[in-house]
Amino acid sequence: MHYSPVPMHIPDGFLTIFVSVICWGITIFTLGLSISKTNKALGEKQIPLMGVMAAFIFAAQMINFPVAGGTSGHLLGGAMAAIVLGPWAGMLVMTAVIAVQALLFQDGGLVVMGANILNMGLLTSAVGYGLYRSVSGQSNNKVKLAVAGVAAWLSVMTGALITSLELWLSGISDLQVVVPAMLWVHAVIGLGEALITVSALGFIFRTRPDLLGEGSESAMGSRNWAYVGGLIALIVVLFSPFASSNPDGLERVAGDLGFLNAGQSAPYSIIPDYTLPFLGETALSTIAAGVIGVLVVGVIAILIGRGMKAKA
Amino acid sequence: MHFDAFDRYHEKESFIHHLDPRVKVVVTIVFIVSNALLPDGAWMAFAFAWLFLLLANVFSKLGLTYTTKRSLIALPFAFIAITILFSMPGEPVASFKLLMWNLTITDTGLLRFVSILIRSWLSVQLAILLVATTRFPDLIHAFEHLRVPAILTTIIAFLYRYLFVLTDEVLRLMRARESRSAASAGNRSGGGVLWRAKVAGNMAGQLFLRSYERSDRIYNAMLSRGYTGHLYTLNPHEMQSRDYFVTAFAIAVIFIVQIIGRL
Amino acid sequence: MPHSHPHTTFSIPKNNEDALCVQVRDLHFSYPDGHMALESVSLKLCDGDKVALVGPNGAGKSTLMLHLNGILGARGEVEIRGQRLTRDNLPAIRAMVGLVFQNPDDQLFSPTVFEDVAFGPLHMGLPEEDVRARVDSALEAVRMSSYKDRLSHHLSVGEKKRIAIATVLSMNPSILILDEPSAGLDPRARRTLINLLRELPITMLVSTHDMRLVQELFPRTIVMDEGRVVADGLTSEILEDEKLLTAHGLEKP
Repeated sequence: MHYSPVPMHIPDGFLTIFVSVICWGITIFTLGLSISKTNKALGEKQIPLMGVMAAFIFAAQMINFPVAGGTSGHLLGGAMAAIVLGPWAGMLVMTAVIAVQALLFQDGGLVVMGANILNMGLLTSAVGYGLYRSVSGQSNNKVKLAVAGVAAWLSVMTGALITSLELWLSGISDLQVVVPAMLWVHAVIGLGEALITVSALGFIFRTRPDLLGEGSESAMGSRNWAYVGGLIALIVVLFSPFASSNPDGLERVAGDLGFLNAGQSAPYSIIPDYTLPFLGETALSTIAAGVIGVLVVGVIAILIGRGMKAKA
Repeated sequence: MHFDAFDRYHEKESFIHHLDPRVKVVVTIVFIVSNALLPDGAWMAFAFAWLFLLLANVFSKLGLTYTTKRSLIALPFAFIAITILFSMPGEPVASFKLLMWNLTITDTGLLRFVSILIRSWLSVQLAILLVATTRFPDLIHAFEHLRVPAILTTIIAFLYRYLFVLTDEVLRLMRARESRSAASAGNRSGGGVLWRAKVAGNMAGQLFLRSYERSDRIYNAMLSRGYTGHLYTLNPHEMQSRDYFVTAFAIAVIFIVQIIGRL
Repeated sequence: MPHSHPHTTFSIPKNNEDALCVQVRDLHFSYPDGHMALESVSLKLCDGDKVALVGPNGAGKSTLMLHLNGILGARGEVEIRGQRLTRDNLPAIRAMVGLVFQNPDDQLFSPTVFEDVAFGPLHMGLPEEDVRARVDSALEAVRMSSYKDRLSHHLSVGEKKRIAIATVLSMNPSILILDEPSAGLDPRARRTLINLLRELPITMLVSTHDMRLVQELFPRTIVMDEGRVVADGLTSEILEDEKLLTAHGLEKP
């Protein structure tokens, strides 16, 4: 059996340093949160469990089924990992999978790994788990499975959308091309994801319902995850048609925010053509702008984290 | 399955093989960052970066073209960048008609497209050399040294150990599926797409349960040998003066490549 | 000393009666689903004993083994070298009881042989030089010194089994407990393993279906069925009792 790469893994060279660093910032922050949450919430048994589950996701990605015309459906596993292990552990497991794929098989780059973890590990876990959590208290397994399917599909779409935005910000492709192209392709890939996730979960419901019930790892995530997942999903649903039908609008917004130039000219210099008005067009202002961007994201994430902690 | 289907390490007694894994990880990352920072069309700098790669190949004793031969893995992704050939404003280089579109390749578009491909092609090669000359457990130790949180390196170590065991199980499940879905002459085997997806999902579910139960047994084996929730590791690596020298040399070369790229 | 049990009476080979290694008194255990896995199990092992544990699948052999180092525990008493097993002395007991699981892929969970053999001594809190010395002597004991830097997934099943034994020998245990050591081995690997077990100068309790192994290596045999000890005595006498063997699904080698 050969190892076959999956289309969402961005190789090195395709993202600018600017975009890579911002993605690493978000990824490192979120992983830090996952590690402290996992250390607190889960027992010592979780280390071997997460380790073997990472190998499980890796191996499960090889299971495929023929669809038509030589194409096949298979699993990415972000939603599945988060649903069976809880969101934080799911993120760590997916991070390990993506890291090994990049390190061992060069499937996805090293410097862009922060972006790949964000797209395929963190966002898929958050969306997949969040939507599923909103119905996990339900007694009707059919409803749960249906929602898990939608969650799995949306998790793939979210990853695809963010991936295409990163590519666009790096000046790799035009928005009006990359967003619809990625979303169409992944709408189909997402169907495979949804089908496998649903039938795998169905199998677990039938044979070991205790693993997914209340009190299991799966129920570890706070109920607020339902809001987080719902919110991201809503943004994706509303944003995608807007991005693909009205790219000029989005480009203007990004241009006004300074992102567009930052992305497109960044390969030329570590200091992108990206300024804050009051500092003038200097190296300092560019760096300051980058730092502020990362800080804003960080603060938002901290606030979300605080909010969840306070309620939990 | 033969065990080395997933092994990328290539055993050799070479200078590069014997370097501390940290050195190789750091130099690889600096090299890839440097490539990302090189401007479009910095042909001289690209050429020098490539020379650096060839040199590394030679010192690894794997052969001059070892990484080149294996470097096409990122190529399919280039497809996504193809539209910049036509969309960047600039002087037309060539134009042709494809179906209903009139496509014009511009010089800036071409410059950018080729530059992206070269950056990606150079970067992936050093990553290939890294895993070809470093055993994966040593890479994990390098990350431990470089302050990657222990919980992540531990999960990665488990993943590496059990990826061979579990992909073997997948292979057995798939073979069992194949041997049961033989078609009678003239008929297609299996049901519709939904049915096939369900079979695949059941396999994933089965694999999940087996893995879950395995993690229980591993946990017991760990407990039996004194595990109490804290993991201790011994790190068999120590930086030699040679390692410091190589790091300094490589970073100096990469710095010069950056300067050449901006002349 | 004669032991009584539902079937016949066998004599137990005399070893060093004063150096009691393992003493189990009146162990009961049932799994959460209500299945009774152990019912009033009692036994004694002295230093130097090499004892086979036989019985059909589901007889409770593995469950009993998991009690001997406190991974499972409910009603009853386990004493190792005179120390009664409690929550507080678990680490000390686990260092004395070297438990090797049936599937070496569960036992060997580290990427390299060295890391796996070092796991036990490291987690006993030993300093680095001691850990390294113990790894060397444990690998020496199973004749696998040259495998120290190998990757675990590159080993054959027979090699994995031997390394699995080294992973607990490195903790210098008082007793070695093996679950199905010869299962899944080809004849040559099995022979190597038998020779190794014969040479190891350590108290042993070995669960197995391999009756030829029992006959060849173990002077004493304990038969379990349905969670109870149904016979305990000289292997030579037990293997002659065909009624007992057939009653518990065993075959004379």
